[in-house]
Amino acid sequence: MVQNIIDVRNLSKSFDISSKEPGLKGTIKHFFRRQTKSLKVIKDISFEIKEGEIVGFLGANGAGKTTILKMLCGLIYPSEGSIVVAGYLPFRRKENFLKNITLIMGQKQQLIWDLPPIESFFLNASIYDLDKFEAKKRIKKLSEMLEIDEEVFIPVRKLSLGQRMKSELLAALIHEPNILFLDEPTLGLDINAQRNLRKFLQKYNKETNATICLTSHYMKDITSLCKRVICVHQGAISYDGKLDLLLKKLSPVKEILIVCRSEDDAIKLENFGFPVKNKIKNEITIKIENNYITSSLKTILNNFDIVDLYINEPPIDEIIGKVLNNKEYDI
Amino acid sequence: MISNLINRKIFTLLKVQYSNMLEYRVEIALWAISGIIPFFMLNIWTNNNLNESINISDVMLSRYFLCAFFVRQFSVVWVVFSFEEDSLMGKVSPYLIQPLNPFLRYFAQHLAEQITRFPFALIIAFFFFIFNTESIWIPNLGLLLLSIVSTFLSFLIQFLIQSIVACLCFWTEKASSIERLLFIPTLFLSGLLAPVVSFPAYVKSWIYLTPFPYLIDFPANLLSGNETNISGGLSMQILWIFILFPLFMKIWSEGTKKYTAMGS
Repeated sequence: MVQNIIDVRNLSKSFDISSKEPGLKGTIKHFFRRQTKSLKVIKDISFEIKEGEIVGFLGANGAGKTTILKMLCGLIYPSEGSIVVAGYLPFRRKENFLKNITLIMGQKQQLIWDLPPIESFFLNASIYDLDKFEAKKRIKKLSEMLEIDEEVFIPVRKLSLGQRMKSELLAALIHEPNILFLDEPTLGLDINAQRNLRKFLQKYNKETNATICLTSHYMKDITSLCKRVICVHQGAISYDGKLDLLLKKLSPVKEILIVCRSEDDAIKLENFGFPVKNKIKNEITIKIENNYITSSLKTILNNFDIVDLYINEPPIDEIIGKVLNNKEYDI
Repeated sequence: MISNLINRKIFTLLKVQYSNMLEYRVEIALWAISGIIPFFMLNIWTNNNLNESINISDVMLSRYFLCAFFVRQFSVVWVVFSFEEDSLMGKVSPYLIQPLNPFLRYFAQHLAEQITRFPFALIIAFFFFIFNTESIWIPNLGLLLLSIVSTFLSFLIQFLIQSIVACLCFWTEKASSIERLLFIPTLFLSGLLAPVVSFPAYVKSWIYLTPFPYLIDFPANLLSGNETNISGGLSMQILWIFILFPLFMKIWSEGTKKYTAMGS
């Protein structure tokens, strides 16, 4: 049986935020008497993640997904509740715990800006107590997986964003962590670099059985990597389950564009009883529930003279957008 | 085994930070030149014959200020500014989840910068001797070694004081303003502007209880061969380190609980 590697119970996090009224009066008032209020950004959430799982955290900006990730890796201290990651309380930052995890933030870097990445790789290797031979072996292996070569000898400031991100990944993975926390790892990368990074993460997960917690605003990252998603809305979990189920639930129908031989055939099809979205000359678009796609298509092909047909998946961004804007989904 | 690992970590850190500092060699040369306050002070003292009131000869005074320059070169600390920026920009986050206290990175940065500074400081000293040939002397080897130790202890004290102030970033965000307050006593009481011996007796009676005279005055006197209480000075330096280090560890441990990882 696969073990839970992350166990979160009734977790909450509050921040003290100071507010200021606009204008000079507000500024003077703010100078003499600061008004602070406690803002609960994470509200009593609980979930478990199994070893080897890849879980996507979805949510609008400010929903709290990055705060959850920061608490899971021990960067910030929880206000209430408990977190156990790989048997450790993350905020204690025990050495053995830190050797088990890594955090990669798309918009932040740990590489030394003026030196080639290879210097940072060896520095990290020594921080994680790897000897030179082992470090070289791992750098070689990860370089091959990430398809980077000469770039590691060029100062970081001269690398492209994609090359830098690959080097960041290598630096963050040199100690072969079991748990990866990735906060928007593909931010700002071009389409090819995004695809390569996803391929690498899939391969890493497959080869090492590492657990990956990921936040991303690019739906392609989520759909190609994560079977399970946790949707966060205003600090609370609005959905935790399989991505497929969420998509089915939120998008129960598919649109089928049928190109009939003639306009008469299209009219006959329009009157057959399928819910029609629109009809232009001999092209007709109908909506069919996911469960009846096969049987409906059989009926159409048997009874009408069809030249061509296209099944349109609704754009996933649109579907997920619905989740991000709604509080709860009863799946 | 454990000490080997720590040594290897620190050695690698130093090596990498030294490579990094060499990228900034022009800036470091300029920083070294910018530390010539003691020479200005020497000029003010000798032109106004102020040294006569404290019974120090011109030669010994010029040696003192040259040594003050050297001590300052190898004990200057800026960790509060680096940490404040890194903390506010969220750059400290990746370092916090590594099994190495981030302050060791800054510590290595400072040491690497000192190594890079060394040749420039020697060049400045060379020019100083060209214009002050009567000040040339060869320090006693024992005193030289003790003054190197004392300069390092002075650096440690300043690093710990600034690290404690830097940790206040977890509460105030702008900890460098507090450091600016500390800069005033450091400037006036450390011996950078005037040897502490020149201060009135009632001031001296309490100055020596603070860490400030052990930052510049004590190591500079030691190196220049001026009369000073060697064992008392070294003991006070060690005492201050023993007071400041646990204080730093405590404030660090409390502060990291307050860390909000802003900007990341």
